[in-house]
Amino acid sequence: MRSTDSPVLTIDGLIKDVGPLASLDGKMLRVVSGLSMTAGRGQITALLGANGAGKTTTLECAQGLQKRTGGTISLLGADPDTAGADLRSRVGVMLQDGGLPPSARPIPLLRHVAGMYRDPMDVDALVERLGIAQFSRTSVRRLSGGQKQRVALAAALIGNPEVLFLDEPSAGLDPHSRQVVFDLIAELRDAGMGIILTTHLMDDAERLADYVYIIDGGHNVAEGTVADLLRHDHSTDTAITDRTLFFDAPPGLEFKDVLGAGLQVLESRAGSYSITGALGPDDLAALTAWWAARNIMPASLRLEARSLEDVFLDISGRDLR
Amino acid sequence: MSKLLSPNAGPASLPRRILQQGRYETITMLRNGEQLILAVVLPLLALAGLTVTPLLDGLGGPRVDVATPGILALCAMSTAFTGQGIATGFDRRYGVLRFLSTTPLGRGGLIAGKILAVLVVLFLQVLVVGAVAGLLGWQPRPEAWLPGLGILVLGAASFTALGLLVAGTVRPEATLAITNLLWILLGALGGIVVPAERLPAVAQGIVHFLPSGALGQALRDAFLLGIVPFPAVLVLLLWTLLAGAAAIRWFKWN
Repeated sequence: MRSTDSPVLTIDGLIKDVGPLASLDGKMLRVVSGLSMTAGRGQITALLGANGAGKTTTLECAQGLQKRTGGTISLLGADPDTAGADLRSRVGVMLQDGGLPPSARPIPLLRHVAGMYRDPMDVDALVERLGIAQFSRTSVRRLSGGQKQRVALAAALIGNPEVLFLDEPSAGLDPHSRQVVFDLIAELRDAGMGIILTTHLMDDAERLADYVYIIDGGHNVAEGTVADLLRHDHSTDTAITDRTLFFDAPPGLEFKDVLGAGLQVLESRAGSYSITGALGPDDLAALTAWWAARNIMPASLRLEARSLEDVFLDISGRDLR
Repeated sequence: MSKLLSPNAGPASLPRRILQQGRYETITMLRNGEQLILAVVLPLLALAGLTVTPLLDGLGGPRVDVATPGILALCAMSTAFTGQGIATGFDRRYGVLRFLSTTPLGRGGLIAGKILAVLVVLFLQVLVVGAVAGLLGWQPRPEAWLPGLGILVLGAASFTALGLLVAGTVRPEATLAITNLLWILLGALGGIVVPAERLPAVAQGIVHFLPSGALGQALRDAFLLGIVPFPAVLVLLLWTLLAGAAAIRWFKWN
């Protein structure tokens, strides 16, 4: 587990059982099994994992919404299970399902929540910043998923918290709202807020997170900055320089001989090729020369480094979705 | 835009948070059309019905004097049990309870706000029903108001506890069905507007032990006879404690 100078959240060996469940013959189900993490001030910490990995349960234990079965949690130095209004005023929460009353209109609802704090953010400024004004006369029930998500984010921020929990913040957001939301989150991080978010989207983690915990089967299986995770092979504990070159060209080409040793060539569909491995400049030069000699112009050409998705696959042997 | 670590940061005071939530819940209840029908329209129709029919004749006073205390009891059941029960059930479904309990309001403040809203709406109902009954000739004993309102608040407490117990343990659709059905059953046969002695023999033995029968009888005794019937008050107290304890024990927040 990483150490940070000023952690806002420290979770050590969290265990959470739910049930008893009829689907398990009345047995308890362990949804979190020994998860440990820290999140720092002025940082975005992401819990990345598939649905059902235990991310939301972990967040809810840290927010005091669920009582943990075992382990310790320190949120701003306090135990969330026994925390009072003082701690809650310093922590903002955006739930996965929003938690907004369907009959409410956004601005009166935000003013209501603002009334719970001594010195809340300016509702009008927040409404303006998140583009809520344009649908402020619509009830929550009739908002799109992305609009609801923006109102829920505003409700989480209205108390000007030191720690912000975001459960799947980009769910339902169109590309534009997503940019607006991500810009705001990054700005809040730069202003010193400690932000903890869950996501099953690699792209979210790659774009936002300063530090990522990969969660699988109820505990953390890998952690690091996005760059660290991409450079490191967790199954063999070695550094990774792999890249994949994708291209479309006439089917049935045989060019393995022109490439260096150790590269994997695959024609996944007729005319759709991929070359994976420690691709170097020599390989690219040899390949393009081979094309030029035969007057072959690929219809498409794309070079990709490893993604967090590949990292997740290495570690868990499963796709993230 | 963020002013992190503002020197003034912190929660609003506890009374302010509860008042804020109570105000919000009151406005939400008053803007709900179905709720208004249950809270005001149906009780007024029942009041009119009981004053033009001979159902309550020979019970120690003019029809309107016998009917009005029962109607006030019915109002308490509408707002505290059916109204707040349904609202809380759907708030639970939509995660509103969970979200608000992460704000400085917290779970305790949320419940306090709901109780406050019930009391405010009930007060408005007493004004409306009292005014209409006054026009119909209701003449309550002036000294009955203090014990009468005390009994009404106790009745509202027991019905709020029961409403929250239902809302916190079953799905909101079931809460809707159960609280509406019980409102009709208890309203007609629970000794709330029609006193036990005018009910079928099988019902008579039971209704004294129901919160509806106890509240109806206690209010009629207070306003008609100027007495506070301690057995009925005890029954209400027991329901409040039992349902409150059960709600605390079994209420599921998500």
